[in-house]
Amino acid sequence: MVGELEFEKPLIELRKKISELKEFAKTTDVDLSAEIEKLETRLEKLENETYANLSPWDRVQIARHPNRPTTLDYIERLFTNFLECHGDRCFGDDAAIVGGVAKYHGLPVTVIGHQRGKDTKENIRRNFGMPHPEGYRKALRLMKQAEKFNRPIICFIDTKGAYPGKAAEERGQSEAIAKNLFEMAGLKVPVVCIVIGEGGSGGALALGVGNHIHMLENSTYSVISPEGAAAILWKDASQARRAAETMKITAPDLKQLGVIDEIIPEVRGGAHRNVDQQAKEIDVVLKKSLKELLQLDGEALVQHRYRKFKQIGQYTFLNEYVHVK
Amino acid sequence: MLKELFTKKKKYATIPSEQAKQDVPEGIMTKCPKCKKIMYTKELTKNLRVCMNCNYHHPMPAHERIASLLDEGSFKEYDANMISENPLNFPDYLEKLEADRRKSKLNEAVVTGEGTINGYPLVIAVMDSRFRMGSMGSVVGEKIARAIEKAMELRVPFLIFTASGGARMQEGVLSLMQMAKTSSALKLFSEQGGLIISVMTHPTTGGVSASFASLGDYNFAEPGALIGFAGRRVIEQTVREELPEDFQTAEFLLKHGQLDAVIHRHSLKETLTNLLDIHKAGGEGEWWEN
Repeated sequence: MVGELEFEKPLIELRKKISELKEFAKTTDVDLSAEIEKLETRLEKLENETYANLSPWDRVQIARHPNRPTTLDYIERLFTNFLECHGDRCFGDDAAIVGGVAKYHGLPVTVIGHQRGKDTKENIRRNFGMPHPEGYRKALRLMKQAEKFNRPIICFIDTKGAYPGKAAEERGQSEAIAKNLFEMAGLKVPVVCIVIGEGGSGGALALGVGNHIHMLENSTYSVISPEGAAAILWKDASQARRAAETMKITAPDLKQLGVIDEIIPEVRGGAHRNVDQQAKEIDVVLKKSLKELLQLDGEALVQHRYRKFKQIGQYTFLNEYVHVK
Repeated sequence: MLKELFTKKKKYATIPSEQAKQDVPEGIMTKCPKCKKIMYTKELTKNLRVCMNCNYHHPMPAHERIASLLDEGSFKEYDANMISENPLNFPDYLEKLEADRRKSKLNEAVVTGEGTINGYPLVIAVMDSRFRMGSMGSVVGEKIARAIEKAMELRVPFLIFTASGGARMQEGVLSLMQMAKTSSALKLFSEQGGLIISVMTHPTTGGVSASFASLGDYNFAEPGALIGFAGRRVIEQTVREELPEDFQTAEFLLKHGQLDAVIHRHSLKETLTNLLDIHKAGGEGEWWEN
């Protein structure tokens, strides 16, 4: 099977063994049903154990699974009347970010998200979901439009990060991200952000200044990729596994650090195993979020968002401080 | 009476003045990293750390920056004793902070406070790259957000000098979120009509350039300062593109429309004063009477 993950290997081997035994039982007269049943119980137990004890690195693997559902997969299942809108009106249209207007259970909304490809060809077209400044500027244009027409905004976060390239720097990658953070802070409509895959650094945060931030159970959100962290910390990118454990990048970690609101449960083994079911899980949390936020008026939403981010962080005070100046 | 004189003298002797502290250089001589010329540190400092030979702008300690711009005695520091915790239990982090505290005599990578420039009141935040490369963790984010809130309350301009390698890795995603915190604070301040001036100094990269550093009503930079989102090495490795010599310098950004101006350190005070004057609310008499 394509995209089997490292930690799933024992499961796969066991499954293979069971099917082999079944095949063998069919062709011979030997009764193996007791044996098969035993192995199936063991498989069940092993599956439960494996998926209940995922390490951060296992989750990174699931979040990066080539078949992991993307923004467009969820848009198709959660919204109706979706009309994709293109372009930043300054430079171009960045396919690494998609956005447009749609209806959510009949409610007009604006929906925006990073967009990866699932095969090489689409990945090249979408730049592996790594936006240029025009992507962020398109997103901002759509958010401002949403605010004008008083529509809630839903953002799906799924990127390794903003694209590091010459053209991106020339066109002001920093400014584009910064401006999104700045303007999102002032939006007078509800903003709900959902991390569906990898939430990589500033490039993810540029769609992430929401009233509520939710994460799929096996998604990640971090200041730098595990590989990047390993390269800087231990000068060795192959230590990514260790960095993933150290950096606290999983949904349970972020919940504990007070960054996110809710963890959206995933289908066992990862969202890619049942996209329809996964969309339903998202639907439950998204509906609850919007219902709550729609009670607040514009000014209250801005204050709510500011307070949310203002409380993030840990610090303390020295009791006796000899003033330097 | 004799006794009184004696104790008074003793008091002076035990507290070294700030000037005295700063006069003690790390080395008597400094080598300019650009032109390689060796010069007296004292003279260099007197020249606002601008190389007398090649104009290279050396990094400037936060308190020196403040002293070079603000009216004498006007500076009042905020949250000077706020320090980092170790939210991720990151190995060696607290030891590294302690070492930098000792080395830089700062408690964190930013100094915030209020004061006046040629009489114009403002709130100022100055980052210092000697402390953890000026990286932004919880404390930097919180101190800056609080300073902006202070500017909101006092209804005075907010001036920030940036010098940072970006978000601080040892605090993980909490550092990332400080980008949102500081940018949100600036938005609320801006909505109130507040003036934001950003001066980017060497280096201003990553999460800092992608948040408050780029959000000034005026974005300035010092000559030669490295400013960018992704590091040069990262870009070269990922895209294998040939990068121009001046890539990500202040001058490169100016050429590509990303900055209002590149300002020499020697004319900074004058430029800022002019700008503060232009933004001064109200004036004496009506303009047409002048």
